[in-house]
Amino acid sequence: MQEIQSLMGGFAVAMSWFNLALMLAGVTLGVLIGVLPGLGGANGVAILLPLTFSMSQQPGGATSAIILLSCIYWGALFGGAITSILFNIPGEPWSVATTFDGYPLAQQGRAGAALTAAFTSSFVGALVAVILITFISPIIARFALQFGPPEFFSVYLLTFSAFVGMSKGTPFKTITAMMTGFALAAVGIDTVTGQLRLTFGFADLLKGFDFLIAVIGLFGIGEILLTIEEGLEFKGAQAKLNMRVVLDTWKELPKYWKTSIRSSAVGCMMGIVPGGATPASFMSYGLAKKMSRDGEKFGTGIVEGVVAPETAAHAAGTSALLPMLTLGVPGSPTAAVLLGGLLIWGLQPGPLLFVEKPDFVWGLIASMYLGNIVGLIVVLTCVPLFAAILRVPFSIIAPVILVICAIGAYTVHNSMFDVWLMLVFGIAGYVFKKLDYPMAPLVLALVLGDRAEDSFRQTMLGPEGSLGLFFSNPLVGTITGASLLLLFWPLISSAIAVARGRNGNRRGG
Amino acid sequence: MEKRTFAKGLLAAVVASAFSVFTPAFAWEPTKTVEFIVPAGTGGGADQMARLTQSIIAKHNLMKQSMVVVNKGGGAGAEGFLEVKGAKGDPHKIIITLSNLFTTPLATGVPFNWKDLTPVRMLALDQFVLWVNKDNPAKTAKEYVSAVKAAGPGKTKMGGTGSKQEDQIITVALEKQSGAKFTYIPYKGGGEVATQLVGKHIDSSVNNPIEAVAQWRAGNLRPLCVFDNERMPYKTKIAGDMSWNDIPTCKEAGVDTDYVMLRGIFMAGGVTPDQVQYYVDLLEKVRQTPEWKKFMEDGAFNQTALTGKEYADWVAKAESLHQGLMAEAGFLAKK
Repeated sequence: MQEIQSLMGGFAVAMSWFNLALMLAGVTLGVLIGVLPGLGGANGVAILLPLTFSMSQQPGGATSAIILLSCIYWGALFGGAITSILFNIPGEPWSVATTFDGYPLAQQGRAGAALTAAFTSSFVGALVAVILITFISPIIARFALQFGPPEFFSVYLLTFSAFVGMSKGTPFKTITAMMTGFALAAVGIDTVTGQLRLTFGFADLLKGFDFLIAVIGLFGIGEILLTIEEGLEFKGAQAKLNMRVVLDTWKELPKYWKTSIRSSAVGCMMGIVPGGATPASFMSYGLAKKMSRDGEKFGTGIVEGVVAPETAAHAAGTSALLPMLTLGVPGSPTAAVLLGGLLIWGLQPGPLLFVEKPDFVWGLIASMYLGNIVGLIVVLTCVPLFAAILRVPFSIIAPVILVICAIGAYTVHNSMFDVWLMLVFGIAGYVFKKLDYPMAPLVLALVLGDRAEDSFRQTMLGPEGSLGLFFSNPLVGTITGASLLLLFWPLISSAIAVARGRNGNRRGG
Repeated sequence: MEKRTFAKGLLAAVVASAFSVFTPAFAWEPTKTVEFIVPAGTGGGADQMARLTQSIIAKHNLMKQSMVVVNKGGGAGAEGFLEVKGAKGDPHKIIITLSNLFTTPLATGVPFNWKDLTPVRMLALDQFVLWVNKDNPAKTAKEYVSAVKAAGPGKTKMGGTGSKQEDQIITVALEKQSGAKFTYIPYKGGGEVATQLVGKHIDSSVNNPIEAVAQWRAGNLRPLCVFDNERMPYKTKIAGDMSWNDIPTCKEAGVDTDYVMLRGIFMAGGVTPDQVQYYVDLLEKVRQTPEWKKFMEDGAFNQTALTGKEYADWVAKAESLHQGLMAEAGFLAKK
């Protein structure tokens, strides 16, 4: 096994005290960045990129530099879950799906269990992705090349289909929320025509509605408004605070092995394609709800509902580095910044990077193993600490959360307008909750609407564009077929039930 | 061992900063952090150049105040340009441009013009190359364009970054020159376009050298011609026995089309001449560093770097060129 040998060489590169110290620093910093909503991994890495420039001039320095930056990324992947679970405020886009079950768990006093499940499954997802990268990266790279516009559209369709019908609201409310999301996603520049849409001449609307602002407002501010109404305290403040909770949760986790495997697969596929960690987490949550035996209980606070999105998000986040290294196409915003870093350090991502810079590539891969282990240890030891935040009186923590949300909203685009927008979304979130409209479809439409639209229209451009293109080869045909099946599954399954019922009756009669 | 080299680097930095104290003071110097605005997203060509500049300035201590890079790419860059337009007289904001300096106001009607800004200097010109997949039978630009023409309209896909921006303008110019017809497919980024070409989802692209070089070296893509009046000067072998210099100009190849993209720096309107001069000198020092020179060679940039009136004239000429090309292509915003 040549890969194992190369990997061992990689460990030799990554295992210096200096690099290990960088990993620890990177992961800790990343967790902090992940906790702060708005200040995403991409921003964090971009801010630190110039610092690594002089580092990369030393021999072997480029490896150290990317170890530092990629560990910030791992840290942010871990950290995004913390505020999702504790306060229903997703620290990162990919942890929105984690709030669905993580926050109810925290309200039941099981914040520790939810955090442990989130961190552990993040680690599992990352591990699966790294193993894939280690052993079959050439095959994966070829797979990614199969994806053109129709394939991308079919993947987005699959995400929507996996998610449709999972919210508790009436179909009318779900559709209203989703259409609102699509409308918001359409604001700003249109990639296909290069025209501005729905900006009504306002300069502030040029950049469109950022998904992060909407999420911080809808979830974070909305939740605080609700809590204020319902009495100024956190539910779940009586959480147990010791390391036992970690071990207890670990005992429970092996039960969900099917969900873990499915979510890792979804995550790896979405990372490689590259579709991104956020759609991966939504798709994985939707599939888990449909396929799990406890599907009905999803959304009420069960550990499996935390395992599914976190595993997929971390698997996608990790495997997103592969298309970046082998194709030069970033699989996520953070990977895009890392890619810029590689170029600045004088490395050329692409098919030859594995051949020309084996030290760098294998050092990075080895650091993925080590960085995630370091990350897991750091966050797990802090679980009681994080859970203890819930004991701080609401009247103290709520203003702090508000300020953090406002800073987060501001940092996304350095724009004061976004802070006001966040407050508007907050009020909308409160109204949505009161009227029992689901927010998840809105968020999903906002994050994916734009991309789904682009790839659909890219497919349709030119005289040869037709719907037949979505079935034009086995790959795209399978994905489109699967998504249509999922989309109409409620109808199909009730049709089957009716048919069976008739049979039963006939037999009976 | 890495620790020691790191310590050495630190020592070097300290020594360098000690020396910088003795450099003569300028008439004007920034008194607070300078914002370097990028009217595009993170990870793209303009962003890379801005972040490289920032790190070179920090590493060589070229400026006493610090510099932050801020991405304002909303509305095809209009967000960033409008911010600088609105910051009249503020000497602590500089902006790097792409061709969207001209194309965005023309295509969208967003109210700004380069004349609202103060030209500082040109850093370089970015090249465009016509690329096809390695399996494409055409060996020259002429052969390829003839094949596209023979296939008829709508049969050949040209991929590019954005809509009604530089890549599509070049495509239209190429169509005008040759009579061939492409279906233009807009994507969000140059790296994505190169990969789509390797995967044969499109038939050709006009990627910048740096966006496609990795796939060229791996033998997946083939360059046909460069859209400039002269060949690129870089003679280092890149792929097989080919160097950038071996790629013919499109004129030589029989499809006479040329286009280069401005990578230049502007400030807000209403700033004083010595404030402009400060940045002109600062960026000249950046251009002299080995890191900058390596970056220029890696990306096969055209190193023309104008300042002062020559630069302003160049920009004015480029504006009327874009006005003409976009009017011909029907890309102008409806008034």
